[in-house]
Amino acid sequence: MVTYITRRLMQGIVVLLAVSFICFIIFRYAGDPVHTLAGRYATFQEQEMVRKAFGLDKPFYIQYTRFLANAAQGNFGKSFVTRVPAFNLILERLPASIELATSAIIISFIVGVGLGVLVSLQPYAMRNRLVMAGSLFGISIPTFLIGILLIMVFCVYLGILPPFGRGETRMIGFWRTGFLTWSGITHLILPAFTLGMYQLAVLLRLTRAGMREVLTKEYIKTAWSKGLPPRKVIFKHALRNVLIPVITMTGLQFGELIAFALVTETIFQWPGTGNLLLTSIYESDQPVIVTYIMLAALIILSLNIIVDILYAYLNPKIRYD
Amino acid sequence: MDHQAHLLEVKELKTYFFTFEGVAKAVDDISIHLDKGETLGLVGESGCGKSVTALSIMRLIPEPPGRIVNGKILFDGVKLLDLTMKQMRDIRGKRISMIFQEPMISLNPVFTIGDQISEMFILHENCSKRESWERAVEMLRAVQIPSPEKRVHEYPHQLSGGMCQRAIIAMALSCNPEILIADEPSTALDVTIQAQILDLMVQLKEDFDAAIMLITHDLGVIAEIAQRVVVMYAGKVVEEGQTITIFEEPKHPYTRGLLKSIPKLQERSRYGRQRLQEISGIVPSLYELSPGCSFYPRCPESMAMCQGSVPELVDIGKAHRVRCWLHSGH
Repeated sequence: MVTYITRRLMQGIVVLLAVSFICFIIFRYAGDPVHTLAGRYATFQEQEMVRKAFGLDKPFYIQYTRFLANAAQGNFGKSFVTRVPAFNLILERLPASIELATSAIIISFIVGVGLGVLVSLQPYAMRNRLVMAGSLFGISIPTFLIGILLIMVFCVYLGILPPFGRGETRMIGFWRTGFLTWSGITHLILPAFTLGMYQLAVLLRLTRAGMREVLTKEYIKTAWSKGLPPRKVIFKHALRNVLIPVITMTGLQFGELIAFALVTETIFQWPGTGNLLLTSIYESDQPVIVTYIMLAALIILSLNIIVDILYAYLNPKIRYD
Repeated sequence: MDHQAHLLEVKELKTYFFTFEGVAKAVDDISIHLDKGETLGLVGESGCGKSVTALSIMRLIPEPPGRIVNGKILFDGVKLLDLTMKQMRDIRGKRISMIFQEPMISLNPVFTIGDQISEMFILHENCSKRESWERAVEMLRAVQIPSPEKRVHEYPHQLSGGMCQRAIIAMALSCNPEILIADEPSTALDVTIQAQILDLMVQLKEDFDAAIMLITHDLGVIAEIAQRVVVMYAGKVVEEGQTITIFEEPKHPYTRGLLKSIPKLQERSRYGRQRLQEISGIVPSLYELSPGCSFYPRCPESMAMCQGSVPELVDIGKAHRVRCWLHSGH
């Protein structure tokens, strides 16, 4: 197991290096940074001064190693627009994104898996067929449409939930949380559903398919013949086998929900990293974009490794020796 | 004879499956009984309704498409078919246990052997977790699994097929059931392991004082451990009697065919090795049974009357009963 984890960590580092290289190329060669740094009206001398001051006249490999060394310390340079370190800018926004993604994943896991199990028990009942048809909508309707529809129903017609923003927040250390206030929670509901809807539908279908397969297995017959109550047969003996792919899927998607909730965050004006990324792209704020990509890669890689370890724990046949 | 003495009595059981292709009469009017401490063999080709009979007793027929249409199942004076599911669960595993054909896939792959055995004690005997684990180790020792303290923490895929079957037997016997229904317990195993498992079952039957209903298509297995045999064909009992009677004086052409199709080592004809006899034809589809005897199309001794109607199961003495026009006294 230890060898396995070390190997996975090494692979992760290689991937991060590759990502950093691509980031560096974007940073350095997608337009001359000197123009951005020195301003549009700088003279040639001023431009050369900037070039020297920032080390942009050095050879490529020196520039790249410096970029790496700085990146390792969380230093990705200052935002061109706000003049504060890009890393801090993102860190400040990250809690909002993590809270949104966590809520979305918890909702989709509980509702998706729960409904999936219920539906699998009576696959041909009318109401269960309706749920399955509904899940197709969840998969095929684009996020922005779901968001807009939810806003229309719950904010415009019913007027029971706020349409945008994060509401009141509290600071716990550096972490700005919306979980502790009522307004924070009501603001979270719609975006979390919007973000998790696709995931919910996928988990629902995955669970149903898995349960239907597992419920016909011999070991389930054994479980019934032992005299176990349905609750134990379904939630212990069957579900535990179904959860192996379901948890893998959830874990892998979690990273994506943190890093790429752009559309949802934009619709609901959620002050998260996705929203920041979008603004930065509009303003060609390269340090922020690069930091964002690096951070997203790091989050997704770490989650992948955690999922792999969890997978070994859930599936006793896998012990990575 | 004495009706009260039977531990388990199945009367006129009919279990049908209602599918798109029609109604499959998997078990059609079967009456069998099992006495305390007895080993009953249920024999027949695949698809003759042996397993469905067993599952009906356990009330584990998947509904839909299956349904027990008619009949009575009396276990120790209790009508099993009238029980609620909750009452039935107290019988399953505790008083009637069942083991299945494929040991490797009959244990849940994500739980340890100990977890799966101790579950029986926690469920049926309200034992604490710790006590159940200790008893699980004892059970593994009883089925002669080496170093049970270690094995109890292992997962099914870490055990061989024979070991898995031993663990399953341990699980089935853990609550001292009165009846053990074994559905082809040795079929999926190597021949040497088969013999070990059968020996183990015979020995444990004595130790635990359980009656066994052994379902198999292998007459060799029956000869070895069963005292009484019920031969089934296409959802009906065709012959029933003491093992020795059935082997020495088989009456039904189907039983004779089954006995002839066992390979023998010594028997040679003048022309060298003898060709193995088979029963020609295949088991009829359960959807389109003829009004007559369902063995009629394959029977070497068929007569005109066989096609017309199904013969009754008649007693021909020495508790030997047969369902064939040849023996119906006509």
